[in-house]
Amino acid sequence: MSWTKKHLLDIESLTAEEITTVLDTARGFKAVGERAIKKVPALRGKTVVNLFVEPSTRTRISFELAAQRLSADIVNFSAEASSFKKGETLKDTALNLEALNADFIIIRHSASGAPHFLSRVLDAHVINAGDGAHEHPTQALLDTFTIREKKGKIAGLNVTILGDILYSRVARSDIWALTKLGANVTLCGPSTLVPKTFEQMGCRVTHDVDEAIRDADVINLLRIQHERQRKTMFPSIGEYTQLFGLNKARFAKTKPDALIMHPGPINRGVEIDSEIADCSRSVILEQVTNGLAVRMAVLFLVNGGKALPEPAQ
Amino acid sequence: MPEATVILDATAIQRALTRIAHEIAERNEHSTEVVLIGIPVGGDHLAARLAKILSGIWNHAVPVGILDVTMHRDDLDQRVAPTVHPTDIPFDVTGKTVVLVDDVLFSGRTTRAAMDALNDFGRPKKIQLAVLVDRGHRDLPIKADFVGKNVPTSLDEKISLLLTESGAARDEVILKKK
Repeated sequence: MSWTKKHLLDIESLTAEEITTVLDTARGFKAVGERAIKKVPALRGKTVVNLFVEPSTRTRISFELAAQRLSADIVNFSAEASSFKKGETLKDTALNLEALNADFIIIRHSASGAPHFLSRVLDAHVINAGDGAHEHPTQALLDTFTIREKKGKIAGLNVTILGDILYSRVARSDIWALTKLGANVTLCGPSTLVPKTFEQMGCRVTHDVDEAIRDADVINLLRIQHERQRKTMFPSIGEYTQLFGLNKARFAKTKPDALIMHPGPINRGVEIDSEIADCSRSVILEQVTNGLAVRMAVLFLVNGGKALPEPAQ
Repeated sequence: MPEATVILDATAIQRALTRIAHEIAERNEHSTEVVLIGIPVGGDHLAARLAKILSGIWNHAVPVGILDVTMHRDDLDQRVAPTVHPTDIPFDVTGKTVVLVDDVLFSGRTTRAAMDALNDFGRPKKIQLAVLVDRGHRDLPIKADFVGKNVPTSLDEKISLLLTESGAARDEVILKKK
């Protein structure tokens, strides 16, 4: 067991041991969710602010429930109904929230590095709930938690991430987490969305979907991030589905025990066939359940994390 | 290397557990109402051993559960987050006599957290406390009902329980200078 971090900003800066600590801790919290009384007093009296500058339902609700189940008080903050509209900067907004004695700031922002910036100007614990196309650490933690729970291990597994990698913060966090834990990661999708440069992160890049899913123990499907793409990266949705969608014919060629994962929201009939999304090998809804446990574990661990002294200049 | 003294060896641990089991049997005339709940790490294995001895005395199985108390501790703000262990109580505690089992009784804060945590699972009729070692230095008004051995200690000493269930070569309770 080792956790001394005050914030959770990204997966890149975590060690394999720290990732494992979160997963082990989350196991205990998952059991709490299965009890009649789903609340423990670990963060009683703490105030958590959900600072969601970019819209989200699933992650925000998951963090909200996680904080409530730890007995913390939680305030939701959305960009539409805030002073951002009146021209206030992110720093000023965050300092105002801290002046109200917020202990945790959970931030989602369209700019990469926004959580890192806040961690330098605030005393509160900062948790990254997704920053631009950079990272979405709790998603990677819940994905690895789900894989480990289903497969009993991570090391040595073949994990294929299929879809829009370029614009996906989930993909980046997943790649860091899975490679640190010893999985063999393959990325697949249209060449415009899966550039070869990703090989520098320690994974394999292919544009042949049949080859990418043939030996996979886990197939993680990603949605096309229309909101982040500045121009069309492939001719049409129909063509994407034809060439890269997980349909019944492709599904039949996968390993009989390959897990089907998706961080949501799913676009039925685009990246995944509707029946496959609901099949017994699909763990999409279990990912949601596990996400709550993982986020409880993260809040619990960073609460005990001691701030490291600033490095000497 | 700090000096280490064995305060209980395997035989002494076994003897203490046997005596505690007989004391539990003597104190509780309705044996079917008694359930054992161990507090990890250490107490869970001791609870399983006590249950085995008790089932021999009473001629029926004694339910055993595991209760993790880390989320109910009052010192979460003052230390690095402790390891969370799974809780597994496969029976209803309402109306039962719960014997909490822990390895070492020290400040009493673990016991307080355990009683608090137990509330989430029902309302026991009674709660009793069994510990292998009572080392003194209580911070709270808590007293064990069943004690394997009273060991006067100083605050700079540490007591560790090693059990074969947790991978130790042999059962031992060790006293060390920190």
